[in-house]
Amino acid sequence: MNLARREPRWAVFFTVLLALIAQVLPLPDWLSVVRPSFVALVIIYWSIYAPHAGGIFAPWLAGLALDVFKGDVLAQNALAVSLVAYIAMSLHQRLRNQTLVQQSLFVFAMLTLNEFVVFAIEGWSGHAISSPWRWLQPMIGAMLWPFVALLAGRTHSRV
Amino acid sequence: MAVFGTSGSRIGGGRGPSFGFRFFCYAVVSVVLMFYDRRGGFLDTARYGLQAAIYPLQLAVNSPSAAWSWLEESFTTREKLQTELAALRDQLRTQQLVTLRQAALERENATLRGLNAALPEVIDRRLIGEVISVELSNLRQRLLVNRGGTHGVYRSQPVITGDGVLGQVFRIGPFSSEIILITDAEHALPVQVVRSGVRTIALGTGRSTSLELPYVPKNYDVKVGDLLVTSGLGKVFPFGLPVARVTKVELFPAEPLARIHAVPLAGIENDREVLFIWERAAHPAATATPEALVIEAPATAPATAPAKTPTTTPVKTPVSTP
Repeated sequence: MNLARREPRWAVFFTVLLALIAQVLPLPDWLSVVRPSFVALVIIYWSIYAPHAGGIFAPWLAGLALDVFKGDVLAQNALAVSLVAYIAMSLHQRLRNQTLVQQSLFVFAMLTLNEFVVFAIEGWSGHAISSPWRWLQPMIGAMLWPFVALLAGRTHSRV
Repeated sequence: MAVFGTSGSRIGGGRGPSFGFRFFCYAVVSVVLMFYDRRGGFLDTARYGLQAAIYPLQLAVNSPSAAWSWLEESFTTREKLQTELAALRDQLRTQQLVTLRQAALERENATLRGLNAALPEVIDRRLIGEVISVELSNLRQRLLVNRGGTHGVYRSQPVITGDGVLGQVFRIGPFSSEIILITDAEHALPVQVVRSGVRTIALGTGRSTSLELPYVPKNYDVKVGDLLVTSGLGKVFPFGLPVARVTKVELFPAEPLARIHAVPLAGIENDREVLFIWERAAHPAATATPEALVIEAPATAPATAPAKTPTTTPVKTPVSTP
């Protein structure tokens, strides 16, 4: 099969940038605690629908940008997001056949994993204080998934 | 049929190594980065560069609030400006009176110290920075300011406002720097009570209106309303900058230490400008090492304090919230 499919690299770049902005936009305290990881959501989308557009490198770089932005330990978000991307990529063929609602269960699990990795690294690197509300983020993220997927779906033509 | 695992992900066919292998490589790189980032060292240079790369995005993200304050400023009415001007003139007059007295006091102080001339001000140089973004949560109390390495800002530099100590530089980039406020839960500041000379440590609580002083024995002289200034210990802040005012002193019969709370004087609610300061080296009020003060004040440092005192960087402290 020699059909060189065009990878939506620019779409990946811009949507990840948008997600990054949404992630760090200053919000009131109560809202920012429960803000889901938009970067992880968008990365999951591209891992399922265009796994070769960014590979593991794009998720890793997006996570690293988030680390620098938020002043966290370098590469903590990078590791979490690339782990999520890897799992989504290895299951992408099964996930593509599911409905958005079915997918959001998977997304919930992935966002929880993402949050857990970040939480574990924070604990290891000595940030003792944390809010229990952070475990609400994956739930909200899973509920937002259909909208994110529909919006991101408009940026490229699916084959 | 989709086969899951390494072969299933290779639909492209011959597009390089499998996702599993690539993920493994990135994971290893991540762990190494985390390890060296915690240790500090050469990664600081990398961070410096990364801060520059991310700075435009930071500006973009905070442009809505900046635009709003610009709009607000542009559309203030003439009357409002005039009232503000009158208030500022009044303030200036009061300050001038204080300064007039201060010149005389400094002269007197010099005579008492046996010096020929009054000492110059301990603050040698200052730089005004504008706040780009504010993060005030119970996890973090940080500011992003538009002055960085290219303006001469250095790590652990004291940052103040007109009212008192605000914080210190935590991380620098070429054009911006991150400031950790004294109210951050990971910040500890050596302070002194002006009235009684008691020295202790003020810890941040994660709330922007509160500091706590957990290492003061009950029989020490600290009262509500006392002014706390920097003690000059800790090698970060020069002596005598106002920090906070004591609001609550709680004594419990079962506990050897008092529970003292204070309200920081500096805030960024009023204006979005902060001052980076450079102190004059070799000035008596410049930052001192704890060893230099051992003879001078043996009784004021409580037993738990010396371990905490030589804090050049913000220390992580055990959370002792009730």
